[in-house]
Amino acid sequence: MVDVSTTNIRPDRAAVASQWQLIWWAFKRHKLAMAAMVVTICMYIVALIPGFFAINDPIQQNARTTFYPPQRVHLMDTTNGFEIGLHYYPMKLTRDPETLAAIYKEDTSQKKVPIQLFGRGYTYSVLGLFESNIHLLATTDPSKPLYLFGADRLGRDVYSRTVQGAQISLSIGLVGVFMSLLLGIVLGGISGYYGGKIDFVMQRVIDFVLSLPTIPIWLALAAALPQGWPATVQYMMITIILSFTGWAQLARVVRGRFLSLRTEEFVAAARLDGVPEGRIIFRHMLPSFSSHIIASMTLAVPAMILAETSLSFLGLGLQPPTISWGVLLREAQNIRSIATAPWLFMPGLAVVVAVMALNLFGDGLRDAADPYNK
Amino acid sequence: MTDILSIAPRSSIAPGKPLLEVRHLVTEFPLRTGVFRAVNDLSFSIEPGKTLCVVGESGSGKSVTARSILQIIDSPGQIASGSILLHRPDGTSLDLAKLDPRSRAIRSVRGRDIAMIFQEPMSSLSPVHTVGDQITEVLRLHLNMSKAQARTEAISLLRQVEIPNPEQALDRYAFQYSGGMRQRAMIAMALACKPQLLIADEPTTALDVTTQAEILDLIKRLQQSTGMAVLFITHDMGVVAQIADDVLVMHHGVAKEYGPVEQIFHAPQDPYTRMLIGSVLKLEQKAEIRLARPPLDTSAEPILDIRNLSMHFGDMKALNDVSIALLPGETLGIVGESGSGKTTMGRSIMRLYDPTGGEMIYRRADGKVVDLAKLEGAELKAARRELRMVFQDPFGSLNPRMTVAQVIGEPLLVNGIARGRELDERVCHLMDQVGLDPAGRERYPHAFSGGQRQRIGIARAITLNPRIIVADEATSALDVSVRFQVLDLLMRLQDELGLAYIFISHDIGVIRYMCDRVGVMYRGKLVEMGEADKVCNAPDHPYTQALISAIPRPDPRDRDRSRRFRYTEPSPYTEAGNVKNGSTAR
Amino acid sequence: MLKFVVKRLLWMIPSLFAVSFLAFVLIQLPPGDFVTTYIATLASSNEVIDQNTAAQLRERFGLDQPMIVQYLKWIWGIISRGDFGISFEWQQPVSGLIWERMALTLVLALVSLIATWALALPIGVYSAVKKYSIGDYTFTAFTFFGLSIPSFLLALVLMYVAAVEFGADVGGLFSPEYEAASWSLAKMYDLLTHLWLPVAILAISSTASLIRVMRANMLDELPKPYVTTARAKGLSEFRLLIKYPLRIALNPFISTIAWLLPNLISGSVVVAIVLNLPTAAPLLLQSLMAQDMYLAGAFVLLICALTLIGSLISDILLALVDPRIRLE
Repeated sequence: MVDVSTTNIRPDRAAVASQWQLIWWAFKRHKLAMAAMVVTICMYIVALIPGFFAINDPIQQNARTTFYPPQRVHLMDTTNGFEIGLHYYPMKLTRDPETLAAIYKEDTSQKKVPIQLFGRGYTYSVLGLFESNIHLLATTDPSKPLYLFGADRLGRDVYSRTVQGAQISLSIGLVGVFMSLLLGIVLGGISGYYGGKIDFVMQRVIDFVLSLPTIPIWLALAAALPQGWPATVQYMMITIILSFTGWAQLARVVRGRFLSLRTEEFVAAARLDGVPEGRIIFRHMLPSFSSHIIASMTLAVPAMILAETSLSFLGLGLQPPTISWGVLLREAQNIRSIATAPWLFMPGLAVVVAVMALNLFGDGLRDAADPYNK
Repeated sequence: MTDILSIAPRSSIAPGKPLLEVRHLVTEFPLRTGVFRAVNDLSFSIEPGKTLCVVGESGSGKSVTARSILQIIDSPGQIASGSILLHRPDGTSLDLAKLDPRSRAIRSVRGRDIAMIFQEPMSSLSPVHTVGDQITEVLRLHLNMSKAQARTEAISLLRQVEIPNPEQALDRYAFQYSGGMRQRAMIAMALACKPQLLIADEPTTALDVTTQAEILDLIKRLQQSTGMAVLFITHDMGVVAQIADDVLVMHHGVAKEYGPVEQIFHAPQDPYTRMLIGSVLKLEQKAEIRLARPPLDTSAEPILDIRNLSMHFGDMKALNDVSIALLPGETLGIVGESGSGKTTMGRSIMRLYDPTGGEMIYRRADGKVVDLAKLEGAELKAARRELRMVFQDPFGSLNPRMTVAQVIGEPLLVNGIARGRELDERVCHLMDQVGLDPAGRERYPHAFSGGQRQRIGIARAITLNPRIIVADEATSALDVSVRFQVLDLLMRLQDELGLAYIFISHDIGVIRYMCDRVGVMYRGKLVEMGEADKVCNAPDHPYTQALISAIPRPDPRDRDRSRRFRYTEPSPYTEAGNVKNGSTAR
Repeated sequence: MLKFVVKRLLWMIPSLFAVSFLAFVLIQLPPGDFVTTYIATLASSNEVIDQNTAAQLRERFGLDQPMIVQYLKWIWGIISRGDFGISFEWQQPVSGLIWERMALTLVLALVSLIATWALALPIGVYSAVKKYSIGDYTFTAFTFFGLSIPSFLLALVLMYVAAVEFGADVGGLFSPEYEAASWSLAKMYDLLTHLWLPVAILAISSTASLIRVMRANMLDELPKPYVTTARAKGLSEFRLLIKYPLRIALNPFISTIAWLLPNLISGSVVVAIVLNLPTAAPLLLQSLMAQDMYLAGAFVLLICALTLIGSLISDILLALVDPRIRLE
């Protein structure tokens, strides 16, 4: 029964509210999940056009800015009177007289460099469709680049690389889940719909796959990939490897839903109405669990992102020069890198934020997914 | 039976003083949008040794009332105001409403002074603890017995509630008991500390009628021997008439009428009570619509002739060689308790199950004869347009994700009969026919009440101009005041459309009201078949006689319990062969 | 009960064969066979093998035969003599390399499992009972954080904190002086002082998911009628909580072994590599990088077999504690 009384929706509107409307109402009450949804959407927008959000060319090396620390961006300038506008100062390099370690200090004696919104910078391609050089943030003095998250050992901009990495890391989650879903829906659906012996065998297979430890298998599969493959093929192979074990979870969900729906009276009623099998599945059964599937998918995406990150971090996933969060984190593989350049962990922060947002979003979806059984 | 005498109340109370006095009780559930008053300004009292029945339809607040007394209301409900005075035998009085729900004081009342039994004996007992464990627990808690003492006492309690082999039964789990045995175990647990008051919250609703009669007898006997008072919550007016001393009628959290059982049944004051009693009495006789009809032509060729139908699930013979015929325009009742195979029969006729044996000869409108049991593909589809079904569950049988127009129009659409504007007009007409406002056709099922949903289900069934409708417990989920309205609708449609019904029910009242002829099913077999009046009033088969005798009459003046008896199946395995759901505890 | 256990044990046989076949396919996946790789490795250190020796090697490992025959030879070697083949990188039988590392892997997984349970059980129960309290929100925040942080990142950060802030000796499972020493009480103690960090890392992420499982289980059980029955008997809230809903919510908790163990072992692979623990994982990674496939295959086989045994144990445990399974 729909719990209209606990919503602030007028009953006459609730009476004609479709399933998605009811789910949306229930979801909206979940403030944290709403916030997570906004963050998720923002991140996927960044992943769609990373070039626009980047500042420096992510593959541009710069020998003079090795381990350049993150720069501060100022809004107010009080050196000459009072001015408002985003700007920064270049860093000055000194060396510790004893250890000769590099010490960067903000050099406010130099002229400030204003930051331009929607300014021009390096040229990037938008999804391979057209090229542009407009960026959200652009420096007005290309000879004094801005490093928001600092630079790595080759002087590359960590911020722009993190933004660029979002494209691969976030999309690999989606593509991987999509492939798992195809396998999961087909196999789980067959299992749940037909039941009996087919279901029994499929259940054993699913149990078996679920009882396997994923990382060693992924490692072994990834290790078997030839090293020299082009980046796109590598990308596809990694997603296939990840879905090799990921489908079982979704198949189990789909099967469970199918099995419980098969015995629902409204499905029996549809059969008696003379509804053909295909229409029973797509018109009567699928809408009943599509919301659950979407919730399960949303919850599977972060697992995929974590898996890709771990594999690439261990050196068996994507390989440089492909930029993903896992590849970026390879730069921070030991204690020494943490001590000298902690900002190399910024991609890790991106992973945490992305995964947390997706988890919270998926959790809220799952809670709202069934508006009829309260 | 001598054991029962050993249960004596701890001391008797001076007559006249009530055991429990409830005054102006208000129980509220805070919601997001405000406060829901489940119980509103309720007052009543219970005398020692007497039975008070609280009766009402779903959502009347009767169950919350029972739970308020012990302060075990489901979160976030709480008592807002009022008092619940418990007068203990030692002369002290305690206001339960003022106690903290977690306090030691209320805990010492629960299970000791006031005990409670619930509707679902299966889920009310822990699935992973033995029955003995759960009974001895309460003895050890309140009476400080040793383990051995508690065990001995628990065995004697099980014996008092007539559980066979109590020594072994004690170490079994609830799922190894039958439904009736579970409720007996619950009663044993509740009576362990010889409480002054037993609160029974719909204790027999989940049970078959013959089992219900036994449980009611048991409670009555125990009450007589111990002198405890009983607060009995039920929706069944028949049960009220049989057991109550006083009756409290509730509706939407408010007491509608409160008085002696005689007054409630024979001189009701409140219009709601009168309506309730009227609905119940209506189902005690033939429907008025049927009285006006000409007698059924019994010489006509049957429209559906079921011969030796069997449906086996593995070793389980759900349907065992059943033969029955349906005449044109007839309402044929199929009655039986759970596990009798009546639902399997309906589903086999509709070919939701493929019968394992026998034939179902269906005479089509053009006079051609087909065997439904053998039909496949297009022919089966064509037959299903003429045979339709109404389901039991008004919630589960409508797809919550389709609007009412889509639900009713689906058969027309998929059979290519109507679409677009024409479909819309047909749907409006159908909704009119079943008494629903066509303006609501774009609404989703969740916006309708149980009775309205069942009307939607009926509209869907008559969409394709069927000749036979199989109605499987079509009114069981409905409140009694709605029940006869739906039955009347079915009969009106029968006259308008010339339908034949196969009406499956466990409720003899509904069958008597609705049906021309009745078949009685017992463990997969058809044991008796005859005119409805004959079967309901003077049955031949001993099982039917036992079944009829177990039905509580909605008249407090007709309380002859001696006429009730058990049916024992004439078979080698009769050690506990009384009629039970499945088998008894072995 | 006995029937259930026997049936479950019989199911292990096809599962183990499936795992072994999977491991063998993984061995076979890289292009070229193991002798080609072997020759290439030797060639890089300026050793040359003539065609005859290569042919002999191929014959010895049966590489000229169909794959199924090779598989049968390999699996027969394992079953009959515990012979997992030869690691060409280490120039010695695989069986000599794996057992101690597998034992440490098992120790790490078991200790983490126990730590996870010890943390998740009370927290999950608390969160369910005090639903929507500040404590519940705090733990929920923690669980979401624990679920979101990759284990290697957590390992790096904790390692940094432990090493820099507390000056603890991190990395590895033993101090240098005990590494080669034989087992003794002192070595055990040394192991314990090193074990806490990997266990903490593994426990944080798996505790997070387990808390959510336990909380959901408890929330399912708390409104059940048998809880009301127990309350109506006069039991105190604490006593009835322990005896009824907790006891019943434990059943699905026990069955978490089946997926917790694979997760822990997966996680331990990453953590072990970052912390350079002497468990199976770093050697597995190394062997995979070097395409030392017999060694890698042995590890994959044993690790998978371990998780299968784990799910077997959880099923049997579940049957032991749940009369509904035991008696039906």
